[in-house]
Amino acid sequence: MISSEEYSENMEEAQETDISILVSDVNNIAIEESEVNKSISENKPLPSSSEQSNSYENLFDQLKGHNKHIFVLSTAGKPIYTRFGNENQLASLFGLMLALMSVTQDSNDTLQSICCGRTRIVFVNKDPIILVGVSQRSEPYDQIKKQLIYVYNNIISTLTLTQLKKIFLNRTNFDLRRLMSGSERLIDKLITFTENDPGFLLDSISCLQMPSNSRDKITQTILTECSKIKNLVFGLLIAQKHIISIVRMKKYSLQVSDIHLILNLINSTESFKTAESWTPICLPTFDSSGYMHAHISYLAEDCQACLVLLTIDHDLFFTLSEAKRKITEKMRRNDCLQAINDAIIRQPLSLARANILGLRHLLYKIKNRSQHWCPPFTLPYNTDTLQQNLMSVYCSLISQMNFPGRNLKVIYQQLTSETIVAWATDEVELYMCFEPMVSKECATNAVTKLTQWMKKEEDSLFIFNIPMF
Amino acid sequence: MKRLTAKLVFMGSQGVGKSSIITRYIKGDYRKECEATIGASFMYAKVTIRDYTITLKVWDTAGQERFRSLVPMYYRNSDAIAVVFDVSDRESFRQVKSWINEVKKNTDTPVVYYVVGNKTDLVDSRIITYEEAKEFATSVDAHYWETSVYSNSGIQDLFTNIGRNLIEMVESSKRPTNIKLEIDPEEGPNNVKINNSNIKCCTN
Repeated sequence: MISSEEYSENMEEAQETDISILVSDVNNIAIEESEVNKSISENKPLPSSSEQSNSYENLFDQLKGHNKHIFVLSTAGKPIYTRFGNENQLASLFGLMLALMSVTQDSNDTLQSICCGRTRIVFVNKDPIILVGVSQRSEPYDQIKKQLIYVYNNIISTLTLTQLKKIFLNRTNFDLRRLMSGSERLIDKLITFTENDPGFLLDSISCLQMPSNSRDKITQTILTECSKIKNLVFGLLIAQKHIISIVRMKKYSLQVSDIHLILNLINSTESFKTAESWTPICLPTFDSSGYMHAHISYLAEDCQACLVLLTIDHDLFFTLSEAKRKITEKMRRNDCLQAINDAIIRQPLSLARANILGLRHLLYKIKNRSQHWCPPFTLPYNTDTLQQNLMSVYCSLISQMNFPGRNLKVIYQQLTSETIVAWATDEVELYMCFEPMVSKECATNAVTKLTQWMKKEEDSLFIFNIPMF
Repeated sequence: MKRLTAKLVFMGSQGVGKSSIITRYIKGDYRKECEATIGASFMYAKVTIRDYTITLKVWDTAGQERFRSLVPMYYRNSDAIAVVFDVSDRESFRQVKSWINEVKKNTDTPVVYYVVGNKTDLVDSRIITYEEAKEFATSVDAHYWETSVYSNSGIQDLFTNIGRNLIEMVESSKRPTNIKLEIDPEEGPNNVKINNSNIKCCTN
């Protein structure tokens, strides 16, 4: 199961203590675990040089400097991805992960997570690959698991599930990094996205704020061109992290998690800005078995919105290229490009305009549209760390609110530095952050006032029209 | 003035500098850190030779192994193929042969082949000599060209030379009449192919 050569003496010393802490929380695997350790010690490899031990120590010191790790390996134990450091140097650590999975599997069980102080380790087995997340950011289990699924989906979007399975069916020992090369940066960026973006927490997208008549004009322009093209399935117009417009073929709809992958691809790839791209992409939720082809291009030098046209026909490049040219031309004529530019540079709507006493920040989600609004952070959340902390608060609040089997409508909590309220109706979910010591009554009034105010603003904040062709 | 539109495809292993060569030619800039191309990018490049204005529809394909099976989609109906390798990387040079063989096997129209040795500025770590590469290129009926994106050498000449060879193809009376060079009456991203006909040149 474990090749002894992979474990150097000092590695064991470094890890043995860790393991014993880890397993203390997982009683049922503790016995097997000690056996694993024993079997490793019995097959002790040749003593490693002090040089090697130093490099291991340095390596682990380096890893310890980060509070969130994601590892991907094959079920045969081959390293595929690590967020930090180099996979090759972590062979022993990957071996350990596989060992932990295997001992539980041997007793017909599945290892899901290990807690050890502030550290939580989450395992996801998606045979033929395994994903492991290690977090010291007090994130809930569901959250880390969802992040791992996102990373998995990104791998699928690069390779397709069919290809992934086929590769390992023929060669269980295959080094998947060969096929992943060049896409690691997408995974890196995706993990950062899952840590910072409210869209990930809420399973929703954020729309570029603009007057609804401008948005309708843009959507109509795209729709008119797209509806003429056979086999075109989806069209999206994107400005940085926000969606401007979506059109789709009848009977097909685009899932939020797939849109997140597309957004991540666009926002992580500078070269899309300089040339039209024709890129195969698999959308795992839509169809994990095959590629779609994406025509990706920015509208114009003077309008940095990115148009993504997705088709199932790999011969459609020039048709789509022509369609894009016409869309841009038409949008220039009917002032849509100007409307987009205005929307991009406009100061985003501030929560202060709602004029609600004590309300510092909020996340507002329209449930059946899977869209959210996250106003800009204002004082006291003026640093990255403070914003990150607030996101963690939201994360745990959202997790409590959506805990499976529970049907909560309201949560009110007074924390040391803020009062937080979650509020759910059939239409919307609200996560609000107030100043500390805000009373329940005051919070309830705020919800009422906010709901009224949002009714006036929501036309520009959300996309209500996703037409089909 | 004669206008000519042709399809040029760049291929080769990952990290040999395909995108950099094209960006250097079209945009004139160079970035040390260049992200891996995903799928393929498409650009227009202009070359003016004598009384010809040549519009090259340039496909910049990704070098990663996973895109290998998709490359035929890009090189189909191409008029010129440039297979790039890194003069300091023997494996990338070894790959050139299989790229060229593959294209030859799957195309039945005349194609101008170029083998391009890039990164000649890496004098100290250079492994493939000019002679070796040249000899190989000749053996597969390809032109050999050396470039360095870093020191901006050979790149203008490469595109000019490709243009010259395409003109030669068009003008050559010995060539079959179904040469797939298009003559666009107007420049622009039109994809109207004029096949199975004599080459018509519109003079403005």
